[in-house]
Amino acid sequence: MQLSELREGDSATIVKVGGSGSLRRRILEMGILKGTDIYVEKYAPLKDPLELIVKGCHISLRVEEAARIKVEI
Amino acid sequence: MIEPPEKQFTIALAGNPNAGKTSIFNHITGTRQKVGNWPGVTVEKKEGSVWKHGCHLKIIDLPGTYSLTPFSIEEIVARDFILDENPDVVVVIIDSSNLERSLYLATQIRELDCRVVFVLNMADVARTRGIKIDAEKLAELLDLPVVFTVGNKNEGIDDLLEKAIELAESEFTPPQKRKVKYNRDLENAIASVQTMVESSLGDILSYGTRWTAIKLIEDDKIVKERILEKAEEQAQTVFEEAVRQRRLLMERFDEEPEILTTDERYGFIAGIIKEVHTTAIQQRVDISRNIDLVLTNRFVGFPIFILFIWAMFQATFTFGEYPMAWIEILVGGLSSGVNILLPDSLFKDLLLNGIIAGVGSVIIFLPNILILFFCIAIFEDTGYMSRAAFLMDKIMHLIGLHGKSFIPMLMGFGCNVPAIMASRTLESEKDRILTILITPFMSCSAKLPVYIVLAGAFFGARAGTVIFSIYLLGIVLSIITGRVFRSTLLKGADAPFVMELPPYRVPMAKSLMIHMWDRGKIFIKKMGKIILLGSIVVWGLTAFPQHIDYSLDYDTEIQGVIRKYDAYRPVSGSDLQQDIEARRDREVEELKAARAAEKAEQSYMGRIGKLIAPVFSPIGIDWKGGVALLTGFVAKEIVVSTLGVLYAVEDSTEPDALEKALASSNLTPLTAFVMMVFVLLYMPCLATVAAIRRETGSIKWMTFSIVYTTTVAWGVSFIIYQGGRLLGYA
Repeated sequence: MQLSELREGDSATIVKVGGSGSLRRRILEMGILKGTDIYVEKYAPLKDPLELIVKGCHISLRVEEAARIKVEI
Repeated sequence: MIEPPEKQFTIALAGNPNAGKTSIFNHITGTRQKVGNWPGVTVEKKEGSVWKHGCHLKIIDLPGTYSLTPFSIEEIVARDFILDENPDVVVVIIDSSNLERSLYLATQIRELDCRVVFVLNMADVARTRGIKIDAEKLAELLDLPVVFTVGNKNEGIDDLLEKAIELAESEFTPPQKRKVKYNRDLENAIASVQTMVESSLGDILSYGTRWTAIKLIEDDKIVKERILEKAEEQAQTVFEEAVRQRRLLMERFDEEPEILTTDERYGFIAGIIKEVHTTAIQQRVDISRNIDLVLTNRFVGFPIFILFIWAMFQATFTFGEYPMAWIEILVGGLSSGVNILLPDSLFKDLLLNGIIAGVGSVIIFLPNILILFFCIAIFEDTGYMSRAAFLMDKIMHLIGLHGKSFIPMLMGFGCNVPAIMASRTLESEKDRILTILITPFMSCSAKLPVYIVLAGAFFGARAGTVIFSIYLLGIVLSIITGRVFRSTLLKGADAPFVMELPPYRVPMAKSLMIHMWDRGKIFIKKMGKIILLGSIVVWGLTAFPQHIDYSLDYDTEIQGVIRKYDAYRPVSGSDLQQDIEARRDREVEELKAARAAEKAEQSYMGRIGKLIAPVFSPIGIDWKGGVALLTGFVAKEIVVSTLGVLYAVEDSTEPDALEKALASSNLTPLTAFVMMVFVLLYMPCLATVAAIRRETGSIKWMTFSIVYTTTVAWGVSFIIYQGGRLLGYA
């Protein structure tokens, strides 16, 4: 399923980071890689962006970016 | 052995944003630091120097980055500095509580084969979170010095400098131990490209062949450009090999090689982490998360954000008024001093009405700028700025902007100068330029007096609604501009919103003061030049030519009026005498005002106004309005005083004298509205233009902004005026 389908408080493992170019590489460089565990801390009040906890860091992503990341619970 | 008299070392500080780099830099250099820009780009460069252990150390604060891939200017600047300037030591500052991610950049820097010291910063925070790092093991594994520091408490800094000097003085061979080892296919590809690099490029390149090979496999544009510059012919064969290897890897893994290397580097880091890093508590409950339960809460997050912004606005523009009043008194005192001391001359006029008035009208913004940047520094140093971006991103993304653009745009309603300077908080250059281009449409407080006078004169009770519609028009145009430019001029790389929300921290007073003072200094120094020049030019245009053939001999006329009234000799102190004196004074003032109006009309500024009148006539503005708008370039509030001069309003205690004069002039509600629209949209004032020049780092963008805003102003005014006439509002 897509990362953007997760709800607040869900944990999951990343299966694939899709997308292309610099954005994709930037996501990977922030430590959001295949096999990494993530936790959805919250969605912003307007439902976009969302806040993740990855390797102990809090990172925010836009929903459209999160939609390109495949995860499994 | 004789020691050289003076040893000089260059030390570069590198690290992730929020790793505490700035506080370490501030502790090392204190106030002996220079803030400038890196050549050719608008990324801030901080430099400082210090004497330690008999060595003169030059400290360079590299931009905070997460990686060294050449995607953002910050990363290019940091990498180029290490590669080209060859600093004696690179100090990599690592956030101990965030070891894994921090090591990604650290590993990349180590791959550059330079002298590296690892600094495990914020060791105290890590300890309280139950994180233990075996520094000795880390040093041994990677074969480099590792130091613990607590940057904001000034602990370990001496140790760090000592280690750095020791390393700089040592014989250096790049550590061979424990390098990033990629998988077999990648290593094969690297090896074959490396062989090509060695055989065809040889010693042309100043950096390692393995590193060059890895970068070519990652298809690094900058490295390719460098090689092309140095050896155009040989480069092709090397590139061909790299392309061939890239294709092979893509077939094998169905993935771009640069993604593979990122993956592998994290794999390498995971291995190191396993050996040196232990965490006692797994799911921690930290203070930052609790604070965020409130500050980015679904229900109260926005109200609190608005409260903070309101407080910042209040502090900047309300508290700012007190020191502004003091500066006004100082400038006023200075000009009256000059007025008394110097005899009447052209030079005195230049000094009073050109230099003091012009520079005085700009220096008055200094308190605003200092307070605003103090507030912004608090937002940034505590970590709230990224929360603000988190909250606002959805809205700002609609205009094609980043959440952080909100603050500069909002500040624009106060004054564009600090607003444009605040755009520095944006990391992507495209976002920054776009924000700078649309900020002038936020109607600044200096334009308000113009609206009040015009709307007051022509719209009476509806003035408030009319002024509100002007503000709204500015916002609408900024949205349109944002969307249009984002899809045309500043297309592409809409900065990804992969943003860290760092833990909240208590800001250090020293760092806040340094931040505030830097901005103030830039404002005074850089703006001073342009504004001084601009003020003198505008003064010259209004003061010359000196001798004007007046249609009336005003001096004689004034004398005549005085004589005429003096002929009456009523009982002194009687009502009649007061009445006569009041009448006499009014007639004298009227004559003086008429003379000033005639002088303004015949000055070069007036002549220019008449010359360009055809430009303004299709939008219903006559030459007087045109001249007022031209003088508004110095500062928008001047539009009001120029209108006062041109419509021959006598110096009067009546507050709405100008409004009355305007109401009885040839202006109509429609032309008054057009005038307001034009004031809202046309080229920003001199100080703002100087700020745009400074923050975009180019005359090109400055000129573009002037041309764009003025064109939009004319276009929109044209539509409103002609449309209004068609609808019968003449």
